[in-house]
Amino acid sequence: MSASEITLDESVLDGAGDGPVLEVADLDVSFPSEAGRVHAVRGLTYEVARGEVLGIVGESGSGKSVSSLAVMGLLPEQARISGSIRFQGQQLLGLSDVQLSKIRGRRISMVFQDPLSALTPVYTVGDQIAEALLIHGRGRLSKAAAANRSVELLDLVGIPNAAARVKAFPHEFSGGMRQRAVIAMAIANDPDLIIADEPTTALDVTVQAQVLEVLKTAKEVTGAGIVIITHDLGVVAGFSDRLLVMYAGRAVESGNVNEVYQQPRMPYTLGLLGSLPRLDAAEKLPLVPIHGQPPSLVDLPQGCPFAPRCPLAVDDCLTAEPELSEVDSTSGHRAACIRSAELAATEAEVEDSIDGVEASNAAAIEAAVEVFGAELVEEPKAALRPRAERPVVLEVDSLVKHFAVTKGVVLKRKVGTVHAVDGVSFEVREQETLGLVGESGCGKTTTLMQILGLERPAGGSISVLGRDVSTLDGKARKAIRRDMQVVFQDPLASLDPRMPIGDVIAEPMQVHGFDATHIRKRIPELLDLVGLRAEHADRYPAEFSGGQRQRIGIARALALEPKLLVLDEPVSALDVSIQAGVINLLDKLKAELGLSYLFVAHDLSVVRHIADRVAVMYLGKIVEIGAVDAVFGEPKHPYTQALLSAIPIPDPVKERQRERIILSGDLPSPANPPSGCRFRTRCFLHATLSDSDKRKCVEVEPPRESQGDDHEVACHFARAKQVV
Amino acid sequence: MSTTVNPAAADEAAADVPQSRPVSRGALVRRRFMRNRWALGGIIVIIVLYIVAFSYPLFSPYSYEFHDTTNTYDPPSLTHWFGTDNIGTDMFVACMRGLQKSLTIGLLVGVISTALSAVVGATAGFFGGITDRAMMWIVDLLLVLPSFLIISIASPIFKGSSWLILVVLLVLFQWMITARIVRGMTLTLKTREYVSAARFMGQSPWRTIFKHIVPNMSSLLIVDATINVGSAVLQESGLSYFGFGVQPPDVSLGTLIATGTGSALTFPWLFYAPAVLLVVALLSVAVVGDGLRDALDPTSSRARRREKKRKDKLA
Repeated sequence: MSASEITLDESVLDGAGDGPVLEVADLDVSFPSEAGRVHAVRGLTYEVARGEVLGIVGESGSGKSVSSLAVMGLLPEQARISGSIRFQGQQLLGLSDVQLSKIRGRRISMVFQDPLSALTPVYTVGDQIAEALLIHGRGRLSKAAAANRSVELLDLVGIPNAAARVKAFPHEFSGGMRQRAVIAMAIANDPDLIIADEPTTALDVTVQAQVLEVLKTAKEVTGAGIVIITHDLGVVAGFSDRLLVMYAGRAVESGNVNEVYQQPRMPYTLGLLGSLPRLDAAEKLPLVPIHGQPPSLVDLPQGCPFAPRCPLAVDDCLTAEPELSEVDSTSGHRAACIRSAELAATEAEVEDSIDGVEASNAAAIEAAVEVFGAELVEEPKAALRPRAERPVVLEVDSLVKHFAVTKGVVLKRKVGTVHAVDGVSFEVREQETLGLVGESGCGKTTTLMQILGLERPAGGSISVLGRDVSTLDGKARKAIRRDMQVVFQDPLASLDPRMPIGDVIAEPMQVHGFDATHIRKRIPELLDLVGLRAEHADRYPAEFSGGQRQRIGIARALALEPKLLVLDEPVSALDVSIQAGVINLLDKLKAELGLSYLFVAHDLSVVRHIADRVAVMYLGKIVEIGAVDAVFGEPKHPYTQALLSAIPIPDPVKERQRERIILSGDLPSPANPPSGCRFRTRCFLHATLSDSDKRKCVEVEPPRESQGDDHEVACHFARAKQVV
Repeated sequence: MSTTVNPAAADEAAADVPQSRPVSRGALVRRRFMRNRWALGGIIVIIVLYIVAFSYPLFSPYSYEFHDTTNTYDPPSLTHWFGTDNIGTDMFVACMRGLQKSLTIGLLVGVISTALSAVVGATAGFFGGITDRAMMWIVDLLLVLPSFLIISIASPIFKGSSWLILVVLLVLFQWMITARIVRGMTLTLKTREYVSAARFMGQSPWRTIFKHIVPNMSSLLIVDATINVGSAVLQESGLSYFGFGVQPPDVSLGTLIATGTGSALTFPWLFYAPAVLLVVALLSVAVVGDGLRDALDPTSSRARRREKKRKDKLA
């Protein structure tokens, strides 16, 4: 669809003054808290021009969301705001709520992170979009006209069959469709500025790609300036024009997106770039962990707030906080670091040693590795043994798990079956990491729970360390549990908040009957192993940061010296800089202790970094499995190709050149999967096939067939495609 | 709060740390409880009340069954510390005798009924299925039974036997509502990852209940127990008033207050002596309960400073 399909009230060029749409200057926001005033934003200055996309990147607590809420005037009353926020020359600070309401929603609009809570559940989607139109167009717009416009807008954001879907309620929409509806509401009044706060964080990658496309369309149609706030350096790389990196409530680097990615001049930006696992990495690069954690915003130490975590910090860094100043004499690239010149020198040095880096940020990554001193974990010697010779630790053969869908309260009638897992087979060998990837709802968690439950599966078989779980009695099952441990996704929820972590780590050992002296000796050892201190043992989980809690979870899992570790999205709840540290730890532990991992994740970049083999799941089936390099380098199943192409790469040049396969629609319901090939309803390849071939997809379920050395694909028309 | 850890620095730090014994949860809770002066004071008051209540013959020559008929309605004096009542019973002795009964009955009923509701509720919620249905059926049944009637019908049968029977009867009709609340909380706690983690490490269901489920409901249980202590004392006095429960010439604080109410304005010591004792005892129990809750709750700001909440939601 194109912009011409829709006519907006005012011309796109209307009011396109020369000045920026939004000018924020010296913005300070602070909140009262029990511990003292929290200075969430400190002296933030930025501007956004018409049609420009500004990406604001930062970790949790860096003040990125607070600063945008300040622009919208949505901060709670106790917040103290100073500085200036000018929207098209008009000062927004100090305006009353009534005055702001005339601007909000009409000239500035916002897209929130959680599309479910951004829509009211009791009104239809169409009514809510019409409401946005009617509030600001009262008197000028009839109800019928507003209803028509909402259909047009839904169509514009790519909701199929918009005329019918306009009457749907939010819960009838999938997550991606809800976010589209929210974007439709945001552009309803042709705003001049759209603020998108983590618009894709709650969504799957394929849906994320769709939503980013919609945002691009929205930008073209309205010509608005966009502020996109995110913690994901990949998302902004391809989408934004300029970038602002925030740390501890301040902008620490800003500039053209290419320059920031290629020549970061602030160690924090450099570290962030280096800490991201790369999907496009041909060889395994070490990840840069940024040690420590962001400072408390209550009483900030003197000097550069990043200094305690910075490898380049010198004494001067601790005397005064550096100003955001021009670097490299290029226009607009500014960094708040007194040592940016040294950073440039290191980078130039690295750049000389590798060639062909002009158009990518490989040099920056190398420089990050250099500066932060990251090292790749040596592969253990045993790994050199060919895979076929190593014993199988976990074998899953045509595993089936169906859930009955019942209706009625007293007499529960079975009205359908959810095919959560439908014939999944894979094996994990010793000292091997198998990555299990797929979108939410594909059945990866169900598979995991089946394996961990050690119960007799409804269909197929599971064997752990050569023992079929259906033959186990209670005692043998407990014995097997010693060798198979789990690390959960949410590091807070997986630790009992009422137990000091010494007890948390001791628990598995107590269960398996270790004596008290052994346990006492082991706790400091384990804490040390995961990079925590022995004296932390008597603290409660709430006193630790997310990354540290995940380390505690890992220590607990390692307490029994298991052979197989099942990792359920172990890093997806962590900030990027923390994530790298945990991934490195997992790498190190695997090498030192000879562990095998079953690594479940939706983040393919992480999987590429850590896994040896990868299995891609779609609707309860594995569609492609094989060695990581084969699957990522030459994906043969259309779903894998789409999934890989949807992952943003944190390199603006590469990202803009990539061809993106946008999947249409959402995951079909597992209660009613399509016949034949389950992916055919969304398959771009299927659409190009001849009728007889199409029929094959519909009628025959593709079996998993070998496509070269350790690479199996379940597609009738498998062909390789370079997507990364 | 300095929980920042530099893994590199941690390595060296760990090397020179002496093999300090990691403190277990029990020791940590005790330490945190001791830090709370109010709670410590409460415990001391309860202990002192108990000691005095049982050792009163050391201080007083009278017995609760002795009536000094020459000195009826005597105001507090050196011979009769809390005065005497209409038939010349020494009020100090009567109060101490009553305190014995009331404190014991109150504490026993409070602790036992809360423990019972925790076990039943957690078991029902954790195991679900037929266990759940059977237990909730019993709960619902007991809820619809008129407890007062049952106790009054049952008490002649137990006449002459120990007053501990009264404790059993009071407990029997006090645990159900809490059990239902506990069951509901268990259902939500059961889905937490740390409960799954315990299951996947091979922890038995019963141990999981007592190690992970019940401690995480301790705030509710402690508040509930504190309230139960008070209400058991009042129920007992209510029952005694109607001739069930503690029978004359034996006394409890409840019966003393009940008989003293009428003379609260004319002979105030008859009412205020037992009433103040009761208030002091119950307040101490409440303060101890508060202290225990703070000690058990790691996020409690009173035991330690709270961690700053994160601004952004984690993805």
